[in-house]
Amino acid sequence: MTVGILVFPGTNCEFDVAEAYAEIGVATRLIGHGEPDLGELEAVVLPGGFAYGDYLRPGAIARFAPVMRSLVAFAEAGGPVLGICNGFQVLTEAHLLPGALQKNAGLSFICATAPVEVVGTRNVLTREFAPGDRFDLPINHFEGNFTADGETLKRLEGEGRIVLRYTDNPNGSALDIAGIANERGNVVGLMPHPERAGMGYGLTVPARMLLESLVA
Amino acid sequence: MRFKALVLVTPKPGISDPEGTTIEDAAQHLGFSGVSRVTAGRAFLVECEAGGLAEAEAVVDSMGERLLSNPVIQEFSVLELEEI
Repeated sequence: MTVGILVFPGTNCEFDVAEAYAEIGVATRLIGHGEPDLGELEAVVLPGGFAYGDYLRPGAIARFAPVMRSLVAFAEAGGPVLGICNGFQVLTEAHLLPGALQKNAGLSFICATAPVEVVGTRNVLTREFAPGDRFDLPINHFEGNFTADGETLKRLEGEGRIVLRYTDNPNGSALDIAGIANERGNVVGLMPHPERAGMGYGLTVPARMLLESLVA
Repeated sequence: MRFKALVLVTPKPGISDPEGTTIEDAAQHLGFSGVSRVTAGRAFLVECEAGGLAEAEAVVDSMGERLLSNPVIQEFSVLELEEI
C-alpha cells in the first residue's frame, strides 16, 4: 500500500505528510510535477506549500502541471485524493472541488491551532467519525477564506459535503468551511494540516484517524 | 503582427474583497475625501503574435478566462488591445 505525495516547485509540506504516514506504517512515494504517470497508488495527497510560488493565484499554475492529468484520471476513477492547504487550493483551481480560496478576511497570515467540528462523514476522510465530533488541528495560511456562489454553498451543505467546519471562524470562510468533499466523497480538500497535529510528539488521535481513513 | 493587451482582473460583484476594503479604509483615514469605493485587482500586460486583431482578441480572451482569472471569484476585462 503506497500513498503518493505530489510535489510541485514550491511545495514544502511533503516530508511532513511522509513522516506522518511513516508513523502510521504506510509507505509513501514523492511524485514530481512533471511525471506523466502516477503508477500504482492507494491514495494521493497534495501537500501544503506554495506551488509555483503561488504566482497568479494559489494553485493556478500547478493546475496545468503534467502530473495533474493523471491525478484527474485517478480521481475520476474513484481514487482517494486529499488536498491539504495549498493542495486544497490546487484542487479547486483544477475543478476537482468547487469554490475558491481567497485571502483571509483580516488580511493576516494565520498560524494557529483551530478547533474544528466534523460535519459530513460520507467521504474518504471523516468516515470513521460521527457528525459533531470536535478536535483541534493546526492551520497555517493566508488564503483559506472559502468562497463560492450561493447555489454551490447550498448544495455543499444540503449534500453533506462540508467535511469539517471551524467552531471559531478564523478567516472569514463561508459557512465556517474548513474542508469540503466532491459529490462522490473521494476527493477532499482541507485548509487545516492533520499531518502536523502533534508533530514531534506523535500524531493526535483524530489526526491519525483522518490520515488512516484515506487508505482504509 | 504583434499585439499588446492590457487585461484587468477584479473580484466579481458580491465576492468579498478584503484587500480593496482595507485600501478603502486607509484612503478615508488619510483624508482622501470623496473616496467611496476601492476595488483591488491585478493588471496584466500581454504581448502576442497573431494574424490579425480578431485572432489576438480570441487568444487574450481565452487566456483571461482560463488562466488569468478564476471565474468562480473573479471577472476580467480587456482594457486595451492594439498592434505594436
